[in-house]
Amino acid sequence: MKVKVFVKLKSGVLDPQGQTILSSIGRMGYDFASEVRVGKFFEIEVKDKSCEKELEKIAGDLLANPIIEEYSIEFAE
Amino acid sequence: MKAGVVVFPGSNCDHDCYHVLKHVLGVDTVFLWHKDTDLQGVDLVVLPGGFSYGDYLRCGAIAKFSPIVSEIVDFANNGGRVLGICNGFQVLTETGLLPGALMRNRDLKFICKYVNLRVDNSDTPFSRMYAAGEVVGIPVAHMDGNYFIDPEGLAKLEDNNQIVFRYCDENGECIPGTNPNGSLNNIAGIINENGNVLGMMPHPERSAEGVMETRDGYFLFESIIKAIGGAA
Repeated sequence: MKVKVFVKLKSGVLDPQGQTILSSIGRMGYDFASEVRVGKFFEIEVKDKSCEKELEKIAGDLLANPIIEEYSIEFAE
Repeated sequence: MKAGVVVFPGSNCDHDCYHVLKHVLGVDTVFLWHKDTDLQGVDLVVLPGGFSYGDYLRCGAIAKFSPIVSEIVDFANNGGRVLGICNGFQVLTETGLLPGALMRNRDLKFICKYVNLRVDNSDTPFSRMYAAGEVVGIPVAHMDGNYFIDPEGLAKLEDNNQIVFRYCDENGECIPGTNPNGSLNNIAGIINENGNVLGMMPHPERSAEGVMETRDGYFLFESIIKAIGGAA
């Protein structure tokens, strides 16, 4: 099965990449977007859900830097 | 005194640091390979600039789990002196030896130029050869040097006088326009609470001898040698 880990900057941490993308969306002629936050997405192949606890550690210690980022973990059926 | 310069795959300022320590300051210096676990009895560890492990994931994130770095964490926690320059600073924040994090530069561009730094704390083993408030010229070369920390952490750094170097103008004023990368409070270099681990984005090894535009970086290395008590 696949595990999806999403990492993004915490709210309150400036995201200059997101701001630049937002202004590009504006230049495409669209005015409905008000904020863009850039993140990372990891797809990890695992046997089953028994590794959930270890995945938390992997996400918190390696995939994300908790000082600036937050993560979420999703098991895909 | 003996110094060790860490070599990760992707380090590219390792030879510069080795050269300055060994040939300019005459310190017994060795390279420390990232897969090794023996610090060879060094008194100072230098984590050099570059792109350890290709900057994959985040700058310094993969280096955190290398065999040599877990030894360096123990070394630092036992009072050993550690200097992290540029990517080395990023490795130090990733490992938690220094607080905060280094994010993508505010303007999303790689910056390579001389900057002015104000020495805000000259009472450290890394800065004692500078005068407090002295302005020095040392080059930066980085993509991710935008120092971030939460407000409580920032207040603690300020209160403890842990901010050693700040970006400033030629008169030592930290006014808008002097901050190249968006770092909070113009932070260019910080020290840990115990005063034995320093991280900085600018490259003192690139301005440590007469042929360079400035020689201001020399005194940082000289400070360490005086602190440890070796021959300079």
